[in-house]
Amino acid sequence: MAERFDAVVVGAGPAGSAAALALARERFSVLLVERGRAAGAKNMFGGRVYAWPLFDLLPEWQKDCPVERFVTRESMVFLHGGASLALQFDSPRLGDGRAASFTALRPRFDDWLAKKAEAAGAMLITGIRVDELLMEGGRVRGVVAGPDRIQADVVVLAEGAMGPLAQKAGLLPDLAPPAVSVGIKETVDLPAATIQERFNVGEKEGAAFVFAGEASMGLRGGGFLYTNKASVSLGLVVSSEDLARKKAEVPAVMEGFRMHPAVQRLIRGGKVSEYSAHLVPELGLGMRARFSGDGVLVAGDAAGFLINNGYTFRGVDLAIASGVAAARAAVDARARGDFSAQGLASYERHLRELNVLTDLETFRSAGGYLKNERLFSLYPQLLLGITEKVYTVDGGGKRRISDIIRKEMKGKAPLLRMVRDLIEGARSM
Amino acid sequence: MIEHHNALEGKSHFKGVWVFLEGRKGALRDVSIQLIGEGRRIADRRGVTLTGVLPGYRVEALARHAIGYGLDRVIVVDHPLLEIYRSRPFTKVMATLIHRDKPEIVLYGASKNGRDLGGRLHAVLETGLAADCVKFDLDDEGNLDMIRPSFGGKSLAHILCKQHRPQMASARRNVFLAPSHDPARAGEIVHQTADLSEADLDAKLLEFKEFVREGGQRPDEAEVVVSGGYGLGDPKNFGMLQELADLLGGAVAASRKAVDSGWIPKEFQVGQTGMTVRPKVYFAIGISGAVQHLAGMQESGKIVAINIDPKAAIFEIADYGIVGDLFQIVPELIRQLKELKAPGLPTEILPAAV
Amino acid sequence: MPPGRPLRILVCIKQVPKAQDLQVDPKTQTLKRVGVPSEINPPDANALEFALRMKDRMPAEIVVLSMGPTSFDESLERAVAMGADRAVLLTDRILGGSDTVPTAHALSETIRKIGGYDLILCGEETTDASTGHVGPGIAGHLDIPQITYISDMEIVDGRVRARRTAEDGSEWWETAMPCLLTVNFGCNRPREPTLSGKIRVKRGGVIVHWSCADVGIDPNKVGLKNSPTIVAKVDTVHLPPRARKMFTGEPREAVAQLLHALVEDGVIRP
Ligand SMILES: Cc1cc2nc3c(=O)[nH]c(=O)nc-3n(C[C@H](O)[C@H](O)[C@H](O)COP(=O)(O)OP(=O)(O)OC[C@H]3O[C@@H](n4cnc5c(N)ncnc54)[C@H](O)[C@@H]3O)c2cc1C
Ligand SMILES: Cc1cc2nc3c(=O)[nH]c(=O)nc-3n(C[C@H](O)[C@H](O)[C@H](O)COP(=O)(O)OP(=O)(O)OC[C@H]3O[C@@H](n4cnc5c(N)ncnc54)[C@H](O)[C@@H]3O)c2cc1C
Ligand SMILES: Nc1ncnc2c1ncn2[C@@H]1O[C@H](COP(=O)(O)O)[C@@H](O)[C@H]1O
Repeated sequence: MAERFDAVVVGAGPAGSAAALALARERFSVLLVERGRAAGAKNMFGGRVYAWPLFDLLPEWQKDCPVERFVTRESMVFLHGGASLALQFDSPRLGDGRAASFTALRPRFDDWLAKKAEAAGAMLITGIRVDELLMEGGRVRGVVAGPDRIQADVVVLAEGAMGPLAQKAGLLPDLAPPAVSVGIKETVDLPAATIQERFNVGEKEGAAFVFAGEASMGLRGGGFLYTNKASVSLGLVVSSEDLARKKAEVPAVMEGFRMHPAVQRLIRGGKVSEYSAHLVPELGLGMRARFSGDGVLVAGDAAGFLINNGYTFRGVDLAIASGVAAARAAVDARARGDFSAQGLASYERHLRELNVLTDLETFRSAGGYLKNERLFSLYPQLLLGITEKVYTVDGGGKRRISDIIRKEMKGKAPLLRMVRDLIEGARSM
Repeated sequence: MIEHHNALEGKSHFKGVWVFLEGRKGALRDVSIQLIGEGRRIADRRGVTLTGVLPGYRVEALARHAIGYGLDRVIVVDHPLLEIYRSRPFTKVMATLIHRDKPEIVLYGASKNGRDLGGRLHAVLETGLAADCVKFDLDDEGNLDMIRPSFGGKSLAHILCKQHRPQMASARRNVFLAPSHDPARAGEIVHQTADLSEADLDAKLLEFKEFVREGGQRPDEAEVVVSGGYGLGDPKNFGMLQELADLLGGAVAASRKAVDSGWIPKEFQVGQTGMTVRPKVYFAIGISGAVQHLAGMQESGKIVAINIDPKAAIFEIADYGIVGDLFQIVPELIRQLKELKAPGLPTEILPAAV
Repeated sequence: MPPGRPLRILVCIKQVPKAQDLQVDPKTQTLKRVGVPSEINPPDANALEFALRMKDRMPAEIVVLSMGPTSFDESLERAVAMGADRAVLLTDRILGGSDTVPTAHALSETIRKIGGYDLILCGEETTDASTGHVGPGIAGHLDIPQITYISDMEIVDGRVRARRTAEDGSEWWETAMPCLLTVNFGCNRPREPTLSGKIRVKRGGVIVHWSCADVGIDPNKVGLKNSPTIVAKVDTVHLPPRARKMFTGEPREAVAQLLHALVEDGVIRP
C-alpha cells in the first residue's frame, strides 16, 4: 500500500507549514509530517515574530493569529555588576503595517499555521518522525518513516536547527560547535494587568528587551525578554563554544541572568512555568553548502536562515518566507517537469525575491561581529563604569566627562581598537 | 439460550446464600474455603441456609469435607465432563441450578476460573455481578452490599443489585479469614444431574504445565517480603533479592512487569491481579508503584522503596526510601546485614536500646 | 476459518483515563474523564497487537469495536493507525451508565450486526472498571467458546490453540472458531501508529458510528436504568499515613540509616 504525494514536507514549524500551505494552494498534494504530538508542541523560541511575510501568505492573518501582544516598545539593556543602562524606544508605529512584530507562544502559533496549511488542503500528520530520505539513484524520491516509504516528487526539509536529514543528504556542512548557540528560555507567569502596568503598555501592546553584558556572564550572546499576554518569555542565547571553553553550566548562566536586579525588577512576583533549551544555528551564509538537491529543498533553520545580530532575532519570518520560496521553486520545477537540482534551481532566486537571502547577506558579517568577545563583556563594562561615574555625586569632586572616560578606559581597551569594533559592528548591522 | 429472569416481581422467591466451590486436585481452593466463612456470616444475618455448589467429577468426598467449614448443604453435580473447569459446561450447570432453586445470593472466588465463569454466567442470567469484593454487608432492605476497591484501590465502591436476582459477587483471595474445619459438622448432600453432552465440550485442554515453586516461603505468609520489579533488568538479579530475603528470613515476590517478562513465575506476583501481601516489612526494589501493584501491598506494616527515580510513585507510600541504583544499594544492604549478624563485630547501626 | 478468505478478527477496545492520571472527582466520587489524558485500555492494546501480529503472518481483516462517547474516536483512530482495517463505535446517549450486563449485551448485538467474524479479542480487564466480565459476557450472549487470560495463540488446522495463564499453571486450550479470547496485559508490546496508518485515518471513512437503532438494540436492555448493579456510594480509602522518610548520602550511609530505622521499629531483628 505505497502512498504517494506530490510533495512531502518534513517538520511543521513555521518553514514547513508555510511551504505546505503555499504548495497546497498550487494544487500540490502535500503531506506535512511533524514528529511532535501537535505542531509546535515541543518548539520554543524567544518570542517575537516579525509579521511581514504573513501579509502576503495570509492577508487575513490578523483575524485569528494567536498574537500575544504587538511590540510597541523596544529596549536594549547593558548589564554590569548590579548596574544597568537601558536604551528605550517607543513608537506606536512599531506595531503598525508590514513592520509589525508580535509576541507569540510557539505551541499556539505553530498549530495555527499548520492548521492553515491543512485548511488549504495539505495533509498534516503529527506524532510521526521521518527517519530518512528515500533515495533512489542518488536522488531524493520521498521519505522513510518506520515501516513506511512515502514517495514524492519533491521533499521540503523544514526540520529545524541542525537539520540531520539535510546533513545526511549531503546538503549541509557538519555543524561543529562554533556554528551553534544554545538558546534557553523560561516562561514566567505574570498577571496581564501587572504586565501592562510594569511595562507601561496597553492591553494589546507589548515590550521587547535585549540584554548585553553580564546577561551571559561574558559569554558571547545575549539575553531577551518579551511580554506575552499573561507571562513573559525570558531567555539567553549563548555561544556553545564559549560554554564549553569556559566550562559554564547552562542553568548557572541562566540563574545569573535571572538574578540580575535589572531582570528581577521585570519579573518580580512571577512564577516560572516552563523551561526549555534549544539549539540555534549560527552558521554564516558563507558556510552554506546548498539549499537544494535532486528532489529536495531545505528551508528555515535547517538551511541556516536565521539572523541574530545582538538587537534583532529573526528566524520565524525567514522560515516562513523561505517556505514560500521553496513552494515557488517546486511550482517552477513542476512546470518544467524536472524536480532535479536543476529543475529546482529557481529556489535561490525566490529566496532573494522574498528578501531571505538579501537580508542574510546584509548581516553576513554578523557572525564575525558576534565573535568579538569584547562586545559582550568589556564594552558594556566600560559603558556602565562611565555612566556610573557620571551620575555619582559623592562630594569627592566632580570631573569632566572626557576625563572620566579616559580614566575608565585606561589599560582596558585601546581606543583605536574600540573604534574599529564599533564601526565594524555598525556596518554589520 | 436460557430463559432469563428480570426478576423484580419474583424477587421474594429467591432465597438462600450459595457459594460456588472450586475444587482443585481433590481439594478446595483456599478462596472457596475463605468464602464459606464469609457466606456463613451473611446467611446467618439473613436467617437463611448456606449452600455450597460443587460441579465436578467424583467429588462427593470433597463435598462432605466442605460441609465441615460451615455449610448447611452442598449441591453436587457429578459428571465426567465436569472433571476440569470449562466455561460452557460449568455455566450451563450453574445457570440451570440457579433457575431452578433461585438463590438470593451467589458468591464466587475471584480466581481466573471464578471470573471466567461469573462473567459468562451473569450475562446469560442478566443479573448483576460485582467483581473482586473485599467486604460484604447488608443494607436496610436486606440487599447485599458488595464492597470492592475501585480506581486502583484509592476508594471502595459499594455495589448494590436491587432489582435483579440472584445478587452475585466474586471475592478476592486472602481477604476473608478461612473458618476452622469441624469434621463432625452435619450437612446435607444434594445430588443434581447435569444435562451435558459432548456438544458442551467446546474447548479441549491440550496441556497443563504446573508452576513449580522452588521451596522458600510464600510471600503471602512471610513477615518480610523482598519484591523486585522491572528495574532489576534481568532475571538473574532475583538471586540477589533471594539472598537479601534469606538474610531477613523473608520471601521474594515481584511486580507484574517482572512476571510478564518471564523473570519469575506468576505465583510470586503481588498486586491487583496477583496476590495481596501484608508483611511486617515490604521492600519494593526497582518497582515504580503503579496503582495495580499498590493494591496488593499497601497494607504492609512498613514499606521500604529503593528506586533510582526520585519521582517514582512508590516513594509516596513508602515509610523509608532510598533514591539510588539498586545494584549499589542491595549489595550494600546484604553486606551490612551480614555484618549485623556476625557476632562480636561492632555494629555502628545498632541503636543503643537494642 | 473458511479457506479462501482472510481471517476476520474483532477487537473490543475501551478508552480509559491514563493510568498515571487516574483522578477521582472529590465531589461525585466518580472517575474524572474530561480533561484527563486518555489511552486505549492497556490490555486491549495488547489484544490489538495480538491481532496485528496474526495479520502480519496471514491474510486477516481487523475490525476494532468500542462502545462509548464519540471522544473514543481518538483511540479508534489510534487503533487504525496501528494497523486495524476499520473501526465501529457504538455510540448512543441511552447507553450511558451501562454496567457490564448491558455492555456485553450491546457489544454482542453489534458483533452480530458486523457478522462474519472468526475471532473476538478482548482485554483481560479494563483499568477503570477492572471486572473482566464483559469479554466472557459477550461470549455467553453469542453462545461461542471462550478462552480467557491468554498470552499466546496459534491457528492449527483451522482451530485456535491458546495458552491461558491460571493461578497455578499454564494451560494450552484448543477450540473452534468463532470464539472469544481475552488477552493478558503485558503479553506483548503494542506497536506505535505508522505514518501510512495515520494517512489512512486522515483520508477518512475508517470509523463508523452506530446508534442503538442502527444496530437494533432494545433501549429497554441498556443504559443506567437497565443495569442490574448500581454504585450506591464510594468511600475514600484512608491508608495509614506513611513517614516517607528518605535516606540520602552514599549507599553505605543511607543503608545504615535504613537498617537502623527498621531495627528501631522492631520489624527486623539484628
Ligand atoms: C532561544 C531561541 C530564541 C529565539 N527567538 C526568536 C525570536 O524571538 N524571533 C524569531 O523570529 N525567531 C527566534 N528564534 C528562531 C526561531 O525559533 C527559528 O528560526 C524558527 O523556529 C525556525 O523555524 P523552522 O520551521 O525552520 O524550524 P522549527 O521551528 O525548529 O521547526 C522544525 C519542526 O520540524 C520537526 N521535525 C524535526 N525533525 C523532524 C523529523 N525528522 N520528522 C518530522 N518532524 C521533524 C520539529 O518537531 C519541529 O516542529 C529563536 C530560537 C531560539 C532557540
Ligand atoms: C489490568 C492490569 C492489571 C495489573 N495487575 C498488576 C499486578 O497485579 N501487580 C503489578 O505489580 N502490576 C500490575 N499491573 C501492571 C502495572 O500497571 C505496572 O505496569 C507494573 O506494576 C509495573 O511494574 P514495575 O514497577 O516493576 O515496572 P516499571 O513501571 O517499569 O518500573 C521499574 C522501576 O524500576 C526503577 N529502576 C530502573 N532501574 C533501576 C535501578 N538500577 N535501580 C533502582 N531502580 C531502578 C525505575 O525507576 C522504575 O520506577 C497491572 C496492569 C493492568 C493493566
Ligand atoms: N465500552 C466498551 N467497548 C468495547 N469493549 C469493551 C468495553 N468495555 C469493556 N470492553 C472489553 O471488555 C474487556 C473487559 O472489560 P471489563 O469487564 O470492563 O473489565 C475490555 O478489556 C474490553 O476488551
